Amino acid sequence: MTAKLELKAIKKKLRGRQVLDGVDVDVNQGRSLVIIGGSGQGKSVTLKCALGLMRPDSGQVLVDGADVTKMPEEIRARVMRKFGMLFQGGALFDSLSVWENIAFRLINADHVNRTEARERAIEAMRKVRLAPEFADVRPIELSGGMQKRAGLARAIIAKPDILFFDEPTTGLDPITADAINDLIVEMVKELGCAAVSITHDMPSARKIADEIAMLHNGKIVWRGPTAMLDTSGNAMVDQFVAGRADGPIQAVV
Amino acid sequence: MINPFAPIGRGVLSTLAEIGRFSAFVGRALAASVTPPLFFGQLLRQVMQIGYFSLPVVGVTAVFIGAALALNIYVGGARFNAEQFVPNIVVLGITRELGPVLAGLMLAGRVSAGIAAEIGTMRVTEQIDAMTTLSTDPFKYLVAPRVLAATLTLPVLVLVADIIGVMGGYLVAVNSLDFNGAAYLRNTFDFMEPQDVVLGLVKAAVFGFIIATVGCYQGYRSNGGALGVGRAATNAVVVAIVLILMVNYLITAFFVE
Repeated sequence: MTAKLELKAIKKKLRGRQVLDGVDVDVNQGRSLVIIGGSGQGKSVTLKCALGLMRPDSGQVLVDGADVTKMPEEIRARVMRKFGMLFQGGALFDSLSVWENIAFRLINADHVNRTEARERAIEAMRKVRLAPEFADVRPIELSGGMQKRAGLARAIIAKPDILFFDEPTTGLDPITADAINDLIVEMVKELGCAAVSITHDMPSARKIADEIAMLHNGKIVWRGPTAMLDTSGNAMVDQFVAGRADGPIQAVV
Repeated sequence: MINPFAPIGRGVLSTLAEIGRFSAFVGRALAASVTPPLFFGQLLRQVMQIGYFSLPVVGVTAVFIGAALALNIYVGGARFNAEQFVPNIVVLGITRELGPVLAGLMLAGRVSAGIAAEIGTMRVTEQIDAMTTLSTDPFKYLVAPRVLAATLTLPVLVLVADIIGVMGGYLVAVNSLDFNGAAYLRNTFDFMEPQDVVLGLVKAAVFGFIIATVGCYQGYRSNGGALGVGRAATNAVVVAIVLILMVNYLITAFFVE
């Protein structure tokens, strides 16, 4: 079976530093992969390379077996239509209302008329349990948790094949974070899509992952099912999961 | 030992790299502006934002510069008994030079900085990345409407500035320099040639293009949070003003020859 998304030997240098040094990772349809790792270990860059927001120096990004890094711009844009992404800060457009944010892609890329787009946006809001009365307010008036919900609604509205999550629980209180985790699990199951998340929040990782991969120094140092996380036998994973300052990984202060 | 040429070489190289990046950006912006799809709603919004809301600042600038110009020419002309040339030189100065340049400089402050700050904030809060993941090209949605709006509306603003500037000169000439109003206007229109106005409008369109592309470019490549956005806005104003003044000379020289 071809993986839905596969990164092969991805290398990326930024400002003279080798951020990614041969990342290999893949995820199948209907599976949820969580990449864990400390700050500055290349999680965000991995995600940006997978999304096509950044071009890797070498290596391949395969979507359904086809290398998107070598495709001409128009075909790549068509492949990227299968993607949905929830950004860390929500990245909602502050000049637009909440429903226009959620329906942005329908209105501007898929040319759906505004009446229908609004209906579908409100339906998506219901799915992420965001009350429809928030449809016409500006994103700035929403709380952090509600902004995440709106961002999630925007990511799922076009029924993507691959969903990406960048630190989905960062900046949320534990209860709201757990509600967002539940929502992510529910949406991934409902859409039957592949999901790739990056996080350093271990409770979140355990909840949303089928499989976990640990990124350290620009390489995947361990990968396995979520159930194996506590018995990985990998000293770096153990240290990270336990949250200890001493161990093979040196804390960057 | 410190090589004294190293900083010079580094400066030259980074300047050339910057010119290269800006040229590539301008190319992409141009291509996005002239190929479909066009986000018409965004274009309309920018025409209002860049054109309509700039009318007060451009109008006030024009009326005062026209008035000051009339006074100066009157004093200068009096030195060789040529006071009667005030209307001719005011209209020449306003349409060919001061109208487009001052409108351009005012908009470099108002519009370039605004665009750079807005797009810069969108960049650092990942809104531009988000737009890309929503299958919408930021060059089409953000850059092209601003570039088109500025390029199309600046000539209209300059036309308004020309009229108001001439009126400023007229008001001073008639009210405090004892000119006859009808004669002043007749002299203005008899002397003015269409090419004077055309030169000013060509300049205006080019300045509009510079103002929008520099603002978009600085915002688009900004990084580093609030500091980066502030720097983008400042750079946008400085670069736009310098480019406008340089290009102004080049266009003038080209038309004069």
